[in-house]
Amino acid sequence: MSHTAEPTTRGRVLVVDDDASLGEMLAIVLRQESFESYVVTRGDEALDAFHDYRPDVVLLDLMLPGMDGIEVCKQIRHESGVPIVMLTAKGDTVDVVVGLESGADDYVVKPFKPKELVARIRARVRRYDAVPSEQLTIGDLTIDVAGHQVTRGGQPIALTPLEFDLLVCLARKPHQVFSREVLLEQVWGYRHAADTRLVNVHVQRLRSKVEHDPENPEIVVTVRGVGYKAGPA
Amino acid sequence: MTVTGRAGRPGPAQGTGGTWRTLRPLRRMLTFWRRSLQARVVVSTVILTAVASGLVGWLVLQQTRSGLLEHHADAVVAEVADELSDAETRLSAASGIDVDSSGQRRDLVEPIIQRGMTRGYYVVMAGPVGDLGGRLTDGGAEYTPGLDVTSVPTSLERHFDREDAKPAWTYTSIHTRGGTATPGIAVGSQVTLPADGRAYTLYFLFPLDEQEETLALVTRGLLVAAGVLLVLIALAAWLVARQVVTPVRLARQVAERLAAGQLQQRMRVSGEDDLARLAVSFNQMASNLQNQIRQLEELSRVQRRFTSDVSHELRTPLTTVRMAGEVLYDARDRFDPPTARAAELLHTELDRFENLLVDLLEISRFDAGAAVLDLEDVDLAGVAHRVADQHRPLTEPRSLELVVIAPDHPCVAEVDVRRVERILRNLVTNAIDHAGESDRIEIRVDSDDHAAAVAVRDHGVGLAPGETAMVFNRFWRADPARDRSSGGTGLGLAISLEDAHLHGGWLQAWGRPGQGAQFRLTLPRYAGARLRHSPLPLVPEDAKEQVS
Repeated sequence: MSHTAEPTTRGRVLVVDDDASLGEMLAIVLRQESFESYVVTRGDEALDAFHDYRPDVVLLDLMLPGMDGIEVCKQIRHESGVPIVMLTAKGDTVDVVVGLESGADDYVVKPFKPKELVARIRARVRRYDAVPSEQLTIGDLTIDVAGHQVTRGGQPIALTPLEFDLLVCLARKPHQVFSREVLLEQVWGYRHAADTRLVNVHVQRLRSKVEHDPENPEIVVTVRGVGYKAGPA
Repeated sequence: MTVTGRAGRPGPAQGTGGTWRTLRPLRRMLTFWRRSLQARVVVSTVILTAVASGLVGWLVLQQTRSGLLEHHADAVVAEVADELSDAETRLSAASGIDVDSSGQRRDLVEPIIQRGMTRGYYVVMAGPVGDLGGRLTDGGAEYTPGLDVTSVPTSLERHFDREDAKPAWTYTSIHTRGGTATPGIAVGSQVTLPADGRAYTLYFLFPLDEQEETLALVTRGLLVAAGVLLVLIALAAWLVARQVVTPVRLARQVAERLAAGQLQQRMRVSGEDDLARLAVSFNQMASNLQNQIRQLEELSRVQRRFTSDVSHELRTPLTTVRMAGEVLYDARDRFDPPTARAAELLHTELDRFENLLVDLLEISRFDAGAAVLDLEDVDLAGVAHRVADQHRPLTEPRSLELVVIAPDHPCVAEVDVRRVERILRNLVTNAIDHAGESDRIEIRVDSDDHAAAVAVRDHGVGLAPGETAMVFNRFWRADPARDRSSGGTGLGLAISLEDAHLHGGWLQAWGRPGQGAQFRLTLPRYAGARLRHSPLPLVPEDAKEQVS
């Protein structure tokens, strides 16, 4: 539980979990994988720690003393697009969907395998790898891939990194229909099929930001029974 | 627990449309009759009243009629007696003067005929008694002009075939020439003519017009009275039935609302009659039901809460243990051999422990009724391919063949894809566990308009008779001595069965020792639809041939 800054770090992880043993264990595993980490055990301390520590990824338990994990998630998302991975003890539909809707990018269900967790974290910090300069259009939007910026008529639209990745993925192949499974693999980095609700929830969130009318989407179009594709440019 | 399914049969052929259309009003009436207690009460009361009042009316009519006629007959007979004594007086007064019998007859009968014409009766005087075969119709009789002598009944005539016959009367119908028949009374009496000393029969025919009219009047009155009575009785029956039926209908409505889940619904109690007591009992029943259901709901809620708590409380430390085990396992090269082995055992057993925990929690979630479906349209063939791909790493080392046999068309059904995938994973893992050497495991997929099905077939050890139902029991193992190579928890098929039931689907097993086994999952194409048949056979084609 310290601000040890190593030059070889692959990223900074803020761990918010009320179980001290689990937090310590997570720190050990993350260090083995060359991630730097900081553990907070209370929900109401999470936001301050987030401001001080400036993490690249947040691991967030849902049941927390002080402040609910869902609330923490909403507040972090309110001021930052930093990737949030939920640690949930329940695989129940409602918890997962509520978590995703409040802004989490991904989730792992306890008890998770350490490698699985690390894979999820890596998938979320991957985007900091250098990308070639590229300009894409989707609908009336312009995407600057290297600059991580989406604009409509010169006006920038704020997207989280995950939403940005999702949009870029669709915009790169404008005529291809992406199944939810393919999107899970390309955007979330799942090698095997996972929970397709991740895709559904994030497409909704993306639409609420980029569509003129989210009820009648024109940028991210649903192809019934198959998946999604980019709307006509 | 077993899943039973019957092959659907088409319903009985419907009648031709034309017949139905003409019968529809009739059927609607019959339905109304069956459904409306009030209508039945009113109609049966009216029918019974009609029968009773008809009977009473008929009796009254008979009584009036016989009273009227008897009274009239008495008067008529008295009149005839008067007439005859009058005539006899006249005859005895004239006896010395005229000895010609035919003249005397005329003297006798003509005044009577005259009187009859003024008073409205007919007179017939027959020939002398004793003339063989002497009937009125043979002629020789004196009678009121215009009368048809056949009006005198033959039975009455026969009565006067001999002398000294007592006066007699009977009913008859009076015919006149060129007129209609009217009912009447025929009275006969004998007179002895002094001229020849023989007896002559005099018949008097009195029409009953007046009595007929009176009777018609009485009948009309009775009919009107009966009609009014019927209407009044129908009205009364309707009102009385309504008094009873209305509370019953209210009770029905309340019962329907109760059945629909509005447990706070009660009947209003007013008065102390039978219906009020019915309402009281009904309300008591509803209260008891409500309490029971509340208790059950509370139990279920507590159970669900407990499951959720246990889940959370167990999972967090298990995650820590699991990660610690993983760290130790990764570092086992640096340990001495026994410690390294211990780290390995810790690692594998943690896997089993975790799977068991996950399955137990899943089962308890089903038991608590907390499992919910997250439905979407899914192509089962795609799921089958995915599950097959996931299991290839398990089949390849044992040189097992894992194939998916799917039709060209997509087999789409409205299902919870995570649950269906879990079912298939369980079935395929199960097949791999029980497959023989170099076995071929087939995953068949098919669908029709109503259902989609997946069947997983292996050609391994198979199932003994009676085991097809037991395989779905929790922790059931075909052979306790068998090794648990795949680390199955023994709950997989039980969970799969619950998952299938949650979809309103079937999960059935077929097996025969040495011939392998087949598990078939059938799901309705649309959530909530009833399954009638499966697009795939439960008994595999190749096995059928060996049976026959």
